[in-house]
Amino acid sequence: MIRSELVQKIADENPHLYHRDVERIVNTIFEEIVGAMARGDRVELRGFGAFSVKKREARIGRNPRTGESVSVGEKHVPFFKAGKLLRDRLNGG
Amino acid sequence: MTRKTVTRMDLGEAVVREVGLSRNESAQLVESVLQHMSDALVREKSVKISSFGTFSVRDKAARIGRNPKTGEEVPIHPRRVMTFRPSHLMKARVATGNRQG
Repeated sequence: MIRSELVQKIADENPHLYHRDVERIVNTIFEEIVGAMARGDRVELRGFGAFSVKKREARIGRNPRTGESVSVGEKHVPFFKAGKLLRDRLNGG
Repeated sequence: MTRKTVTRMDLGEAVVREVGLSRNESAQLVESVLQHMSDALVREKSVKISSFGTFSVRDKAARIGRNPKTGEEVPIHPRRVMTFRPSHLMKARVATGNRQG
């Protein structure tokens, strides 16, 4: 499934809404999640899963081609953990 | 900076602000979006949201695990796990937004 198919499903269920408004609604939801993580917040959607930000410590990396050492600064990366309900559903629960 | 936990309610509020629907209807729309994504993952194992990321379902083979406390061998049954691969845009925004504390 891709974003446009998701929008279409929601639009089909809500014939009273303009298609472009459904697009805005779906975009708002994803934008809110990214915005929260950009602030360092956690997004917890019970049953579906949780988005959080993980810190990666600074480390000395290596250029695999030349073997040269390079320092890699500390950084933050997005992380998602599936919720129990969804995990169980995937396994036929 | 205090860390906050964003929930369904906050996503619903964002929809209220953006489109001006009622709180109740907005909450239901958030729920529908999550429901359709879950259904699609169960059905077709992949949900790709451009500029957000890709959720995919992978099959894991059975293996022998071990109870780390007792050393006892336990069979781990084949199962499905879900992974999320963030888009470059999400990675960039999370990295920039959290830079230096």
